[in-house]
Amino acid sequence: MADSENLKHVVLNGQHETLGGRMVPFAGYALPVQYPDGIVTEHKWTREHAGLFDVSHMGPSFIRLKQSSGDAEKDHAAVASLVEPLICGDLQGLKPGRLRYTMLLNEQGGILDDLMIARPAEPELAGALYVVVNAGTKDADFQMIAEALGSAATLTRADDGALLALQGPAAAAVMQAMVPGVSDLDFMSYARFHWNDATLVISRSGYTGEDGFEVLVPALSAEQFWAALLDDDRVKPVGLGARDSLRLEAGLPLYGHDLNETISPIEAGMGFAVSKRRREAADFRGAKRILSEREGKLARVRVGLFVEGAPAREGAEIVDDKGETIGVVTSGGFSPSLGRAIAIGFVPPTHDTPGTVLGVKVRTRTQRAEVTETPFVPHNYHRKIS
Amino acid sequence: MTVKYTEDHEYVRQNGSDGTVGISSYAQEQLGDIVFVELPAVGNSYKKGDEIAVVESVKAASEIYAPVDCTVTEINEVLNGDPGLINTDPMGEGWLVKVTIDDESALAGLMDEAAYQSHIA
Repeated sequence: MADSENLKHVVLNGQHETLGGRMVPFAGYALPVQYPDGIVTEHKWTREHAGLFDVSHMGPSFIRLKQSSGDAEKDHAAVASLVEPLICGDLQGLKPGRLRYTMLLNEQGGILDDLMIARPAEPELAGALYVVVNAGTKDADFQMIAEALGSAATLTRADDGALLALQGPAAAAVMQAMVPGVSDLDFMSYARFHWNDATLVISRSGYTGEDGFEVLVPALSAEQFWAALLDDDRVKPVGLGARDSLRLEAGLPLYGHDLNETISPIEAGMGFAVSKRRREAADFRGAKRILSEREGKLARVRVGLFVEGAPAREGAEIVDDKGETIGVVTSGGFSPSLGRAIAIGFVPPTHDTPGTVLGVKVRTRTQRAEVTETPFVPHNYHRKIS
Repeated sequence: MTVKYTEDHEYVRQNGSDGTVGISSYAQEQLGDIVFVELPAVGNSYKKGDEIAVVESVKAASEIYAPVDCTVTEINEVLNGDPGLINTDPMGEGWLVKVTIDDESALAGLMDEAAYQSHIA
Protein backbone atom coordinates (compact mmCIF):
# COMPACT_ATOMS: atom_id res chain seq x y z
CA MET A 1 0.00 0.00 0.00
CA ALA A 2 3.09 2.20 -0.18
CA ASP A 3 1.88 3.71 -3.42
CA SER A 4 -1.67 4.24 -2.23
CA GLU A 5 -1.37 8.00 -2.81
CA ASN A 6 -0.85 7.28 -6.51
CA LEU A 7 -3.92 5.09 -6.85
CA LYS A 8 -6.95 6.29 -8.74
CA HIS A 9 -10.23 6.39 -6.88
CA VAL A 10 -13.56 5.20 -8.20
CA VAL A 11 -16.55 7.53 -7.94
CA LEU A 12 -17.92 5.46 -5.04
CA ASN A 13 -14.65 5.33 -3.07
CA GLY A 14 -16.23 7.11 -0.10
CA GLN A 15 -19.12 4.63 -0.04
CA HIS A 16 -16.72 1.69 0.12
CA GLU A 17 -14.81 3.27 2.99
CA THR A 18 -18.02 4.04 4.87
CA LEU A 19 -19.12 0.42 4.50
CA GLY A 20 -15.81 -0.75 5.95
CA GLY A 21 -14.42 -2.00 2.65
CA ARG A 22 -10.78 -3.06 2.83
CA MET A 23 -9.23 -1.02 0.07
CA VAL A 24 -6.40 -2.61 -1.90
CA PRO A 25 -4.55 -1.61 -5.08
CA PHE A 26 -5.91 -3.27 -8.19
CA ALA A 27 -5.08 -2.24 -11.76
CA GLY A 28 -4.06 1.22 -10.54
CA TYR A 29 -7.23 1.77 -8.50
CA ALA A 30 -8.02 1.54 -4.81
CA LEU A 31 -10.84 -1.00 -4.62
CA PRO A 32 -12.54 -3.02 -1.87
CA VAL A 33 -11.26 -6.61 -1.73
CA GLN A 34 -13.92 -7.33 0.89
CA TYR A 35 -16.31 -5.69 3.34
CA PRO A 36 -16.55 -6.66 7.03
CA ASP A 37 -18.70 -9.76 6.26
CA GLY A 38 -15.71 -11.33 4.50
CA ILE A 39 -15.17 -13.13 1.22
CA VAL A 40 -16.92 -16.42 2.06
CA THR A 41 -20.09 -14.73 3.32
CA GLU A 42 -20.13 -12.29 0.40
CA HIS A 43 -19.59 -15.14 -2.05
CA LYS A 44 -22.42 -17.24 -0.62
CA TRP A 45 -24.73 -14.23 -0.43
CA THR A 46 -24.24 -13.67 -4.15
CA ARG A 47 -25.05 -17.31 -4.93
CA GLU A 48 -28.20 -17.15 -2.76
CA HIS A 49 -29.45 -13.56 -3.01
CA ALA A 50 -27.84 -10.60 -4.78
CA GLY A 51 -24.31 -9.21 -4.56
CA LEU A 52 -23.50 -5.64 -5.59
CA PHE A 53 -20.05 -5.12 -7.13
CA ASP A 54 -18.32 -1.88 -8.06
CA VAL A 55 -16.35 -2.61 -11.22
CA SER A 56 -15.78 1.01 -12.18
CA HIS A 57 -12.09 0.29 -12.75
CA MET A 58 -13.04 -1.51 -15.95
CA GLY A 59 -13.16 0.18 -19.33
CA PRO A 60 -16.62 0.99 -20.68
CA SER A 61 -16.61 3.06 -23.86
CA PHE A 62 -18.71 4.00 -26.86
CA ILE A 63 -17.74 3.90 -30.50
CA ARG A 64 -19.69 6.12 -32.87
CA LEU A 65 -19.58 6.42 -36.61
CA LYS A 66 -18.97 10.05 -37.53
CA GLN A 67 -21.22 10.12 -40.58
CA SER A 68 -24.57 8.38 -40.60
CA SER A 69 -25.89 7.07 -43.91
CA GLY A 70 -29.43 7.19 -42.59
CA ASP A 71 -29.67 3.43 -42.95
CA ALA A 72 -29.31 1.64 -39.61
CA GLU A 73 -28.08 -1.64 -41.08
CA LYS A 74 -25.52 0.09 -43.27
CA ASP A 75 -24.26 2.14 -40.35
CA HIS A 76 -23.87 -0.95 -38.22
CA ALA A 77 -22.04 -2.74 -41.01
CA ALA A 78 -19.73 0.24 -41.37
CA VAL A 79 -18.78 0.46 -37.71
CA ALA A 80 -18.49 -3.32 -37.41
CA SER A 81 -16.06 -3.45 -40.32
CA LEU A 82 -13.78 -0.96 -38.53
CA VAL A 83 -13.51 -3.06 -35.36
CA GLU A 84 -13.65 -6.60 -36.77
CA PRO A 85 -9.99 -6.67 -37.96
CA LEU A 86 -8.93 -6.46 -34.28
CA ILE A 87 -11.12 -9.29 -32.99
CA CYS A 88 -12.19 -12.85 -33.81
CA GLY A 89 -15.92 -12.27 -33.35
CA ASP A 90 -18.66 -11.60 -35.88
CA LEU A 91 -19.86 -8.06 -35.25
CA GLN A 92 -21.66 -7.75 -38.57
CA GLY A 93 -24.04 -10.48 -37.52
CA LEU A 94 -24.68 -9.04 -34.06
CA LYS A 95 -28.38 -8.31 -33.69
CA PRO A 96 -29.67 -5.01 -32.26
CA GLY A 97 -29.57 -5.00 -28.48
CA ARG A 98 -27.19 -7.94 -28.22
CA LEU A 99 -23.81 -8.29 -26.45
CA ARG A 100 -21.02 -10.44 -27.73
CA TYR A 101 -18.06 -11.79 -25.76
CA THR A 102 -14.98 -11.54 -27.96
CA MET A 103 -11.23 -11.13 -27.93
CA LEU A 104 -8.66 -8.66 -29.17
CA LEU A 105 -5.86 -10.66 -30.79
CA ASN A 106 -2.28 -10.07 -31.79
CA GLU A 107 -0.74 -11.25 -35.07
CA GLN A 108 0.31 -14.51 -33.41
CA GLY A 109 -3.26 -15.26 -32.37
CA GLY A 110 -2.53 -14.48 -28.72
CA ILE A 111 -5.16 -12.74 -26.64
CA LEU A 112 -4.53 -9.04 -25.96
CA ASP A 113 -7.77 -8.76 -24.01
CA ASP A 114 -11.19 -10.31 -23.67
CA LEU A 115 -14.09 -7.90 -23.91
CA MET A 116 -17.79 -7.31 -24.47
CA ILE A 117 -19.05 -5.53 -27.57
CA ALA A 118 -22.72 -4.61 -27.87
CA ARG A 119 -24.93 -3.23 -30.61
CA PRO A 120 -27.56 -0.70 -29.53
CA ALA A 121 -31.21 -1.74 -29.83
CA GLU A 122 -32.36 1.78 -30.63
CA PRO A 123 -32.36 2.54 -34.40
CA GLU A 124 -31.35 6.15 -33.71
CA LEU A 125 -28.11 4.84 -32.21
CA ALA A 126 -27.20 2.77 -35.27
CA GLY A 127 -23.51 3.00 -36.05
CA ALA A 128 -22.62 2.94 -32.37
CA LEU A 129 -21.10 0.14 -30.29
CA TYR A 130 -20.85 -0.24 -26.52
CA VAL A 131 -17.50 -1.77 -25.64
CA VAL A 132 -16.29 -2.88 -22.19
CA VAL A 133 -12.66 -3.92 -21.77
CA ASN A 134 -10.54 -5.00 -18.80
CA ALA A 135 -9.06 -2.52 -16.34
CA GLY A 136 -5.42 -3.52 -16.68
CA THR A 137 -5.46 -3.34 -20.47
CA LYS A 138 -7.85 -0.48 -21.10
CA ASP A 139 -5.41 2.25 -22.07
CA ALA A 140 -3.70 0.04 -24.65
CA ASP A 141 -7.04 -1.35 -25.89
CA PHE A 142 -8.58 2.07 -26.35
CA GLN A 143 -5.52 3.31 -28.22
CA MET A 144 -5.53 0.30 -30.52
CA ILE A 145 -9.26 0.56 -31.21
CA ALA A 146 -9.07 4.32 -31.80
CA GLU A 147 -6.27 3.79 -34.33
CA ALA A 148 -8.34 1.19 -36.15
CA LEU A 149 -11.29 3.56 -36.28
CA GLY A 150 -9.14 6.21 -37.91
CA SER A 151 -11.18 9.21 -39.04
CA ALA A 152 -14.34 7.22 -39.66
CA ALA A 153 -15.48 6.83 -36.06
CA THR A 154 -14.68 8.01 -32.55
CA LEU A 155 -14.09 6.15 -29.33
CA THR A 156 -15.31 7.89 -26.18
CA ARG A 157 -14.23 6.50 -22.83
CA ALA A 158 -17.01 6.17 -20.29
CA ASP A 159 -14.85 5.12 -17.34
CA ASP A 160 -15.46 8.36 -15.45
CA GLY A 161 -18.81 7.13 -14.10
CA ALA A 162 -19.69 4.01 -12.13
CA LEU A 163 -19.96 0.51 -13.56
CA LEU A 164 -21.88 -1.66 -11.12
CA ALA A 165 -22.77 -5.33 -11.28
CA LEU A 166 -25.75 -6.82 -9.47
CA GLN A 167 -25.45 -10.60 -9.50
CA GLY A 168 -27.42 -13.46 -8.02
CA PRO A 169 -30.80 -15.18 -8.13
CA ALA A 170 -32.54 -12.14 -6.60
CA ALA A 171 -30.88 -9.65 -8.96
CA ALA A 172 -33.73 -9.53 -11.49
CA ALA A 173 -36.43 -8.90 -8.89
CA VAL A 174 -34.35 -6.22 -7.18
CA MET A 175 -33.47 -4.44 -10.41
CA GLN A 176 -36.98 -4.70 -11.84
CA ALA A 177 -38.39 -2.99 -8.75
CA MET A 178 -36.07 -0.04 -9.34
CA VAL A 179 -35.93 0.04 -13.13
CA PRO A 180 -39.21 -1.31 -14.55
CA GLY A 181 -38.76 -3.28 -17.75
CA VAL A 182 -35.22 -4.39 -17.04
CA SER A 183 -36.24 -7.99 -16.30
CA ASP A 184 -37.38 -8.30 -19.94
CA LEU A 185 -33.73 -8.26 -21.00
CA ASP A 186 -32.47 -11.68 -22.03
CA PHE A 187 -28.98 -12.95 -21.11
CA MET A 188 -26.35 -11.13 -23.20
CA SER A 189 -28.63 -8.29 -24.25
CA TYR A 190 -28.71 -4.66 -23.19
CA ALA A 191 -30.61 -1.39 -23.45
CA ARG A 192 -30.82 2.13 -22.13
CA PHE A 193 -33.17 2.81 -19.22
CA HIS A 194 -34.15 5.94 -17.37
CA TRP A 195 -33.85 6.09 -13.62
CA ASN A 196 -34.71 9.39 -11.95
CA ASP A 197 -32.86 11.90 -14.14
CA ALA A 198 -30.18 9.51 -15.29
CA THR A 199 -29.76 7.35 -18.37
CA LEU A 200 -28.46 3.92 -17.39
CA VAL A 201 -26.87 1.47 -19.80
CA ILE A 202 -27.92 -1.94 -18.47
CA SER A 203 -26.82 -5.32 -19.78
CA ARG A 204 -27.94 -8.76 -18.62
CA SER A 205 -24.49 -10.14 -18.06
CA GLY A 206 -21.85 -10.65 -15.42
CA TYR A 207 -18.82 -12.52 -14.19
CA THR A 208 -20.18 -14.79 -11.47
CA GLY A 209 -22.14 -17.46 -13.36
CA GLU A 210 -25.33 -16.06 -11.85
CA ASP A 211 -28.16 -14.16 -13.47
CA GLY A 212 -27.61 -10.45 -13.14
CA PHE A 213 -26.90 -7.07 -14.63
CA GLU A 214 -24.05 -4.72 -15.32
CA VAL A 215 -25.05 -1.08 -15.14
CA LEU A 216 -23.19 1.97 -16.41
CA VAL A 217 -24.28 4.89 -14.23
CA PRO A 218 -23.31 8.54 -14.79
CA ALA A 219 -21.02 9.83 -12.03
CA LEU A 220 -23.60 12.30 -10.76
CA SER A 221 -26.18 9.57 -10.13
CA ALA A 222 -23.78 6.89 -8.91
CA GLU A 223 -24.11 7.47 -5.16
CA GLN A 224 -27.89 7.61 -5.32
CA PHE A 225 -28.16 4.47 -7.45
CA TRP A 226 -25.72 2.54 -5.26
CA ALA A 227 -27.64 3.56 -2.13
CA ALA A 228 -30.99 2.63 -3.67
CA LEU A 229 -29.73 -0.86 -4.53
CA LEU A 230 -28.26 -1.39 -1.06
CA ASP A 231 -31.54 -0.25 0.45
CA ASP A 232 -33.01 -3.57 -0.67
CA ASP A 233 -32.51 -6.25 2.00
CA ARG A 234 -31.66 -8.81 -0.65
CA VAL A 235 -28.55 -6.84 -1.67
CA LYS A 236 -25.15 -6.76 0.03
CA PRO A 237 -21.95 -5.16 -1.24
CA VAL A 238 -19.38 -7.68 -2.46
CA GLY A 239 -15.67 -7.03 -2.96
CA LEU A 240 -13.09 -8.15 -5.49
CA GLY A 241 -12.15 -11.19 -3.41
CA ALA A 242 -15.53 -12.85 -3.86
CA ARG A 243 -15.70 -11.62 -7.44
CA ASP A 244 -12.61 -13.73 -8.07
CA SER A 245 -13.85 -16.83 -6.21
CA LEU A 246 -17.25 -16.58 -7.95
CA ARG A 247 -15.78 -16.35 -11.43
CA LEU A 248 -13.37 -19.19 -10.67
CA GLU A 249 -16.27 -21.46 -9.64
CA ALA A 250 -18.05 -20.39 -12.83
CA GLY A 251 -14.98 -21.47 -14.82
CA LEU A 252 -14.62 -18.00 -16.33
CA PRO A 253 -11.04 -17.07 -17.27
CA LEU A 254 -9.39 -13.94 -15.91
CA TYR A 255 -7.27 -11.85 -18.24
CA GLY A 256 -3.63 -11.60 -17.17
CA HIS A 257 -3.90 -14.99 -15.46
CA ASP A 258 -5.82 -17.59 -17.52
CA LEU A 259 -5.58 -15.52 -20.69
CA ASN A 260 -2.62 -13.56 -22.00
CA GLU A 261 -0.86 -12.49 -25.19
CA THR A 262 0.69 -15.95 -25.71
CA ILE A 263 -2.50 -17.94 -25.17
CA SER A 264 -4.92 -18.38 -28.07
CA PRO A 265 -8.72 -18.56 -27.82
CA ILE A 266 -8.57 -22.27 -28.70
CA GLU A 267 -5.99 -23.08 -26.03
CA ALA A 268 -8.12 -21.15 -23.57
CA GLY A 269 -11.14 -23.30 -24.40
CA MET A 270 -12.93 -20.22 -25.69
CA GLY A 271 -13.29 -21.38 -29.27
CA PHE A 272 -16.87 -20.15 -29.28
CA ALA A 273 -15.45 -16.62 -29.34
CA VAL A 274 -14.09 -17.32 -32.84
CA SER A 275 -17.28 -16.76 -34.82
CA LYS A 276 -18.22 -19.07 -37.69
CA ARG A 277 -18.21 -16.35 -40.34
CA ARG A 278 -14.74 -15.21 -39.29
CA ARG A 279 -13.44 -18.78 -39.25
CA GLU A 280 -14.70 -19.42 -42.74
CA ALA A 281 -13.19 -16.17 -44.00
CA ALA A 282 -9.99 -16.71 -41.95
CA ASP A 283 -9.80 -12.92 -41.85
CA PHE A 284 -8.61 -12.30 -38.29
CA ARG A 285 -5.22 -11.91 -36.69
CA GLY A 286 -3.47 -15.17 -36.01
CA ALA A 287 -6.02 -17.06 -38.13
CA LYS A 288 -3.45 -19.57 -39.35
CA ARG A 289 -2.48 -20.67 -35.85
CA ILE A 290 -5.99 -20.54 -34.45
CA LEU A 291 -7.55 -22.51 -37.29
CA SER A 292 -4.87 -25.20 -37.13
CA GLU A 293 -5.30 -25.42 -33.35
CA ARG A 294 -9.01 -25.79 -33.92
CA GLU A 295 -8.22 -28.82 -36.09
CA GLY A 296 -6.49 -30.33 -33.05
CA LYS A 297 -2.90 -29.18 -33.52
CA LEU A 298 -2.40 -27.58 -30.15
CA ALA A 299 0.14 -27.95 -27.38
CA ARG A 300 -1.93 -27.01 -24.35
CA VAL A 301 -5.51 -26.53 -23.29
CA ARG A 302 -7.23 -24.96 -20.34
CA VAL A 303 -8.76 -27.39 -17.85
CA GLY A 304 -10.52 -27.31 -14.53
CA LEU A 305 -9.00 -29.22 -11.60
CA PHE A 306 -10.44 -30.51 -8.35
CA VAL A 307 -7.48 -30.24 -5.99
CA GLU A 308 -7.17 -32.40 -2.87
CA GLY A 309 -6.04 -30.58 0.26
CA ALA A 310 -4.45 -27.15 0.24
CA PRO A 311 -5.41 -24.73 -2.54
CA ALA A 312 -3.00 -24.74 -5.50
CA ARG A 313 -2.39 -21.10 -6.38
CA GLU A 314 -1.39 -19.43 -9.63
CA GLY A 315 2.03 -20.69 -10.72
CA ALA A 316 1.76 -24.14 -9.12
CA GLU A 317 3.21 -26.82 -11.41
CA ILE A 318 0.93 -29.55 -12.74
CA VAL A 319 2.56 -33.00 -12.96
CA ASP A 320 1.53 -36.27 -14.59
CA ASP A 321 1.41 -39.67 -12.88
CA LYS A 322 5.18 -40.02 -13.35
CA GLY A 323 5.84 -36.72 -11.63
CA GLU A 324 6.84 -34.97 -14.88
CA THR A 325 5.83 -31.32 -15.07
CA ILE A 326 3.24 -30.98 -17.83
CA GLY A 327 1.55 -27.69 -17.09
CA VAL A 328 0.82 -24.87 -14.71
CA VAL A 329 -2.05 -23.55 -12.60
CA THR A 330 -3.16 -20.11 -13.79
CA SER A 331 -5.89 -19.49 -11.20
CA GLY A 332 -6.51 -21.45 -8.07
CA GLY A 333 -8.11 -21.13 -4.73
CA PHE A 334 -10.82 -22.26 -2.43
CA SER A 335 -14.38 -22.69 -3.61
CA PRO A 336 -16.72 -21.38 -0.90
CA SER A 337 -19.70 -23.09 -2.57
CA LEU A 338 -18.03 -26.51 -2.76
CA GLY A 339 -15.87 -26.22 0.37
CA ARG A 340 -12.79 -27.47 -1.45
CA ALA A 341 -9.85 -26.34 -3.52
CA ILE A 342 -10.36 -25.79 -7.25
CA ALA A 343 -8.05 -24.54 -9.97
CA ILE A 344 -7.77 -23.62 -13.62
CA GLY A 345 -4.61 -24.53 -15.48
CA PHE A 346 -3.10 -25.52 -18.79
CA VAL A 347 -2.05 -29.07 -19.73
CA PRO A 348 -1.31 -30.90 -23.00
CA PRO A 349 -4.48 -32.16 -24.74
CA THR A 350 -3.31 -35.71 -23.99
CA HIS A 351 -4.19 -35.02 -20.36
CA ASP A 352 -7.38 -32.98 -20.65
CA THR A 353 -10.03 -35.68 -20.34
CA PRO A 354 -12.28 -35.21 -17.30
CA GLY A 355 -11.40 -37.82 -14.71
CA THR A 356 -7.68 -37.80 -15.55
CA VAL A 357 -5.72 -37.86 -12.30
CA LEU A 358 -2.82 -35.41 -12.20
CA GLY A 359 -0.84 -33.78 -9.43
CA VAL A 360 -0.19 -30.19 -8.40
CA LYS A 361 2.89 -29.10 -6.51
CA VAL A 362 2.01 -27.17 -3.37
CA ARG A 363 4.99 -26.18 -1.25
CA THR A 364 6.96 -29.41 -0.65
CA ARG A 365 4.28 -31.88 -1.74
CA THR A 366 2.45 -33.16 -4.78
CA GLN A 367 -1.30 -33.18 -4.23
CA ARG A 368 -3.87 -35.11 -6.23
CA ALA A 369 -5.70 -33.05 -8.83
CA GLU A 370 -8.45 -34.46 -11.02
CA VAL A 371 -9.33 -32.91 -14.36
CA THR A 372 -12.97 -31.86 -14.38
CA GLU A 373 -15.48 -30.12 -16.60
CA THR A 374 -16.05 -26.45 -15.95
CA PRO A 375 -18.00 -24.65 -14.64
CA PHE A 376 -17.31 -26.10 -11.22
CA VAL A 377 -20.64 -24.67 -10.08
CA PRO A 378 -23.45 -24.66 -12.69
CA HIS A 379 -24.27 -21.39 -14.40
CA ASN A 380 -27.61 -19.85 -13.58
CA TYR A 381 -28.05 -17.44 -16.49
CA HIS A 382 -31.39 -16.04 -17.58
CA ARG A 383 -32.15 -17.50 -20.98
CA LYS A 384 -35.55 -17.25 -22.57
CA ILE A 385 -37.05 -20.58 -23.56
CA SER A 386 -37.22 -20.55 -27.33
CA MET B 1 1.13 -17.26 32.03
CA THR B 2 2.24 -14.55 29.70
CA VAL B 3 1.40 -13.85 26.08
CA LYS B 4 4.08 -12.52 23.78
CA TYR B 5 3.86 -11.50 20.14
CA THR B 6 6.17 -11.43 17.13
CA GLU B 7 6.31 -8.67 14.53
CA ASP B 8 4.75 -11.18 12.12
CA HIS B 9 1.67 -11.47 14.34
CA GLU B 10 2.23 -14.89 15.87
CA TYR B 11 1.55 -15.17 19.57
CA VAL B 12 3.02 -17.57 22.09
CA ARG B 13 1.24 -18.14 25.38
CA GLN B 14 3.90 -19.30 27.83
CA ASN B 15 3.48 -21.48 30.89
CA GLY B 16 6.92 -22.40 32.11
CA SER B 17 8.62 -24.21 29.23
CA ASP B 18 5.26 -24.96 27.57
CA GLY B 19 3.99 -22.65 24.88
CA THR B 20 0.83 -22.38 22.77
CA VAL B 21 1.33 -20.75 19.39
CA GLY B 22 -1.27 -19.10 17.18
CA ILE B 23 -1.93 -15.94 15.23
CA SER B 24 -3.21 -12.71 16.72
CA SER B 25 -6.72 -11.41 16.38
CA TYR B 26 -5.34 -8.62 14.18
CA ALA B 27 -3.67 -11.20 11.90
CA GLN B 28 -6.82 -13.28 11.41
CA GLU B 29 -8.75 -10.13 10.63
CA GLN B 30 -6.18 -9.10 8.02
CA LEU B 31 -6.17 -12.55 6.43
CA GLY B 32 -9.94 -12.86 6.27
CA ASP B 33 -11.76 -16.19 6.15
CA ILE B 34 -9.30 -19.00 6.87
CA VAL B 35 -10.14 -22.00 4.69
CA PHE B 36 -7.18 -24.35 5.15
CA VAL B 37 -4.44 -24.99 7.69
CA GLU B 38 -1.27 -26.98 7.31
CA LEU B 39 0.21 -28.04 10.64
CA PRO B 40 3.61 -29.58 11.40
CA ALA B 41 4.33 -33.08 12.67
CA VAL B 42 4.50 -33.57 16.43
CA GLY B 43 8.16 -33.90 17.45
CA ASN B 44 9.49 -31.50 14.83
CA SER B 45 11.92 -28.89 16.10
CA TYR B 46 12.11 -25.35 14.76
CA LYS B 47 14.39 -22.38 15.11
CA LYS B 48 12.86 -18.95 15.63
CA GLY B 49 11.68 -17.71 12.23
CA ASP B 50 11.31 -21.17 10.64
CA GLU B 51 8.05 -21.87 8.86
CA ILE B 52 6.06 -23.92 11.36
CA ALA B 53 2.60 -23.87 9.73
CA VAL B 54 0.67 -22.43 6.79
CA VAL B 55 -2.67 -20.70 7.08
CA GLU B 56 -4.66 -20.16 3.89
CA SER B 57 -7.40 -17.64 3.31
CA VAL B 58 -9.57 -17.57 0.20
CA LYS B 59 -7.07 -15.20 -1.39
CA ALA B 60 -3.64 -16.39 -0.30
CA ALA B 61 -1.38 -18.66 1.72
CA SER B 62 0.45 -17.18 4.71
CA GLU B 63 3.43 -18.77 6.41
CA ILE B 64 3.41 -18.94 10.17
CA TYR B 65 6.84 -18.72 11.78
CA ALA B 66 8.13 -20.22 14.99
CA PRO B 67 8.20 -17.36 17.52
CA VAL B 68 11.12 -18.97 19.42
CA ASP B 69 13.27 -22.10 19.14
CA CYS B 70 10.89 -24.91 20.05
CA THR B 71 9.71 -28.51 19.58
CA VAL B 72 6.10 -29.32 18.64
CA THR B 73 4.29 -31.42 21.26
CA GLU B 74 0.70 -31.17 20.00
CA ILE B 75 -1.17 -29.81 17.00
CA ASN B 76 -4.74 -28.50 16.92
CA GLU B 77 -6.32 -31.26 14.81
CA VAL B 78 -9.74 -29.61 15.13
CA LEU B 79 -8.57 -26.97 12.70
CA ASN B 80 -8.40 -29.50 9.85
CA GLY B 81 -12.17 -29.75 9.96
CA ASP B 82 -12.91 -26.25 11.14
CA PRO B 83 -10.16 -23.81 10.11
CA GLY B 84 -12.61 -20.94 10.71
CA LEU B 85 -11.90 -21.33 14.46
CA ILE B 86 -8.83 -19.21 13.79
CA ASN B 87 -11.16 -16.38 12.77
CA THR B 88 -13.69 -16.79 15.54
CA ASP B 89 -11.32 -17.51 18.46
CA PRO B 90 -7.70 -16.98 17.41
CA MET B 91 -6.35 -16.64 20.95
CA GLY B 92 -8.41 -19.56 22.31
CA GLU B 93 -9.86 -22.53 20.40
CA GLY B 94 -8.08 -21.40 17.24
CA TRP B 95 -4.54 -22.12 18.53
CA LEU B 96 -2.22 -23.83 16.05
CA VAL B 97 0.44 -25.82 17.93
CA LYS B 98 1.68 -26.53 21.44
CA VAL B 99 5.43 -26.56 21.88
CA THR B 100 8.23 -27.01 24.35
CA ILE B 101 10.26 -23.83 24.40
CA ASP B 102 14.01 -24.45 24.19
CA ASP B 103 15.01 -21.39 26.17
CA GLU B 104 12.40 -19.44 28.12
CA SER B 105 14.62 -16.37 28.28
CA ALA B 106 14.16 -15.99 24.50
CA LEU B 107 10.64 -14.71 25.15
CA ALA B 108 12.14 -11.50 26.49
CA GLY B 109 12.90 -10.62 22.88
CA LEU B 110 9.20 -10.65 21.91
CA MET B 111 6.56 -7.99 22.37
CA ASP B 112 4.15 -7.89 25.27
CA GLU B 113 0.50 -6.99 24.77
CA ALA B 114 1.08 -3.24 25.08
CA ALA B 115 4.05 -3.24 22.71
CA TYR B 116 2.12 -5.37 20.20
CA GLN B 117 -0.89 -3.08 20.33
CA SER B 118 1.29 -0.12 19.47
CA HIS B 119 3.02 -2.22 16.76
CA ILE B 120 -0.31 -2.74 14.94
CA ALA B 121 -1.75 0.71 15.69
